Amino acid sequence: MSVANGRLAVQPGAGRSKRSSIWGDAARRLIRNKLAVSGFLVVALMFAACFLGPLFSPYADNKINMAQMNRPPSASHWLGTDALGRDVLTRVLQAGRISLTVGLASMGLSVALGALLGIVAGYYRGIVDQLIMRLADLLLTIPSLPLLFIAGALLSEWKVPPDSRMYIVMIMLAVVGWPGLARMVRGQILSLREREFMQATTVLGLRGRRRLLGHLLPNLVPLLIVIATLNIGGAILSESVLSFFGLGVTPPTPTWGNMIDAANNMIDFEKRPWLWIPPGFSIFATVIAINLFGDALRDVLDPKQRR
Amino acid sequence: MSEALLEIEDLKTYFPIKSGLLGRTTGQVKAVDGISLTIREGETFGLVGESGSGKSTVGKSIVRLAAKTAGTIRFMGEDLHALHGERLRQLRPKLQLIFQDPYSSLNPRVRVGDAIGEPLLDHGLASKADVREKALQALESCGLSAYQADRLPHEFSGGQRQRIGIARALALDPKLIIADEPVSALDVSIQAQIINLFRRLQQERGLSYLFISHDLSVVEHLCDRIGVMYLGSMMETGPREELFRSPLHPYTKALLSAVPIPIPKLKRERIVLKGDIPDPSNPPSGCKFHTRCPFAVERCVHEAPELRSAGGGRQVACHLA
Repeated sequence: MSVANGRLAVQPGAGRSKRSSIWGDAARRLIRNKLAVSGFLVVALMFAACFLGPLFSPYADNKINMAQMNRPPSASHWLGTDALGRDVLTRVLQAGRISLTVGLASMGLSVALGALLGIVAGYYRGIVDQLIMRLADLLLTIPSLPLLFIAGALLSEWKVPPDSRMYIVMIMLAVVGWPGLARMVRGQILSLREREFMQATTVLGLRGRRRLLGHLLPNLVPLLIVIATLNIGGAILSESVLSFFGLGVTPPTPTWGNMIDAANNMIDFEKRPWLWIPPGFSIFATVIAINLFGDALRDVLDPKQRR
Repeated sequence: MSEALLEIEDLKTYFPIKSGLLGRTTGQVKAVDGISLTIREGETFGLVGESGSGKSTVGKSIVRLAAKTAGTIRFMGEDLHALHGERLRQLRPKLQLIFQDPYSSLNPRVRVGDAIGEPLLDHGLASKADVREKALQALESCGLSAYQADRLPHEFSGGQRQRIGIARALALDPKLIIADEPVSALDVSIQAQIINLFRRLQQERGLSYLFISHDLSVVEHLCDRIGVMYLGSMMETGPREELFRSPLHPYTKALLSAVPIPIPKLKRERIVLKGDIPDPSNPPSGCKFHTRCPFAVERCVHEAPELRSAGGGRQVACHLA
């Protein structure tokens, strides 16, 4: 017995040194993917610039300067000024704060809502499942853009102050975003619960809580991470579209969408490209970078690839 | 070797076929259609039959992964399908199932030591202090090493994973292990190791097995009594030696004649069955085997044979035997 004890004492240490983990493996494979790394860097840079950049800008207080209207890019205004003499670079960064926050928050909301409802539907099945999924189907049959337009128009009609519009837009995006998500989560749960390792937890007589929290949900996390990442890009786009049509976040609060909208006339379009290229490029770069990163994440984390 | 551990009486497990918008039941797949069998303590019962004969469904019905349609299953005197909730959960450790596919029966995100340990904790068979030690013991008794306990399932080979599955079941100190084709996903050399492991564990702990397989040579090596299933019904049961020496049912004869023998020059009579197993949602009339039986007569088409005693603890369901 003392021999056996000696072996037990030595070997766990040796085993632990090369103890592999699923997350560690995934991170290593992600780092090897150049597109994913560059996507991540672009997003990180965008966040840093938007949230830290305006702190170093002399024009951050949004002051109107009639002497400096519609100036092209120069040494003092790197990206020029807009029709009210505000610095475009500073505004793009401040708009980025709003756009990124709305994207992140509405993603968080819709993932939370969609995952919760999807898990409940998939785990309890029966009548609960029917109710939730029929509601999701109903929302999915209504095209989301017209629905958002109507909601946005209602907000304008009720004269909701611009400050609180941002939060309402987040909720609106979450409400149209959850059904697709709930469907995916439910599908994953239904497929997981038929897998043999879930049947094994029944036969082993594990308690319900351990089966759900220890076995079912951990296998759902990778899917959720991927969906959440890809959803941020979609939410930023939707917010920009809404704001472009004047139905999302409204001026004076800047967002990338309503900045493009402000330059939406022939003269600005032809003669003052510095008004619409920076916010347009910001949307483009951010969404592309998020999608690249999300796709790579999917390749690394997709539970269907691993056994 | 005397007391009945598991008694199955006239078990029927039908799966409904649902169709149409409202999901009305339009038919039934009679996966198990009236099976009776008894397993005594320390005994190994082999259940054989080709794919689709319902042998796995018998195993699933016993552990309640499939709901029975009729009949009774008694385990240690308890009617398994009448138990619910906590009472059923407390009985679970005594009745374990080994899955066919060692690749999908382990959660890819749980380290094998934890996979073995957590049922022990949930059943109060180990405390937090000694759960690891008990899990390591189970691993070692199945021929794995303690240092492997911190690894994830994908770091093991198929044979090792099947050992982990066995260790996980074994740690609970079960009375009966249902092994659902535990070696058919493995290489032949690994099959032998696993089968010898099953034998050794039986000798050490007095386990009983219900061994489900389509491989007769495996069953011959391991089982005391054998039941031959076809299309959800028992065709023949009996002690291993007698059944292998002088099979009574034409289906058993056909199965045995298909077992490869390692002597190429030896000529023997082969009974080759034509066609596939019939659709279990629409089984043939009379004897279910008559569509493929080389000896079928008029009577077999109209009249279903009862499983009757054939002496020496044997039973057969055939008009001609």
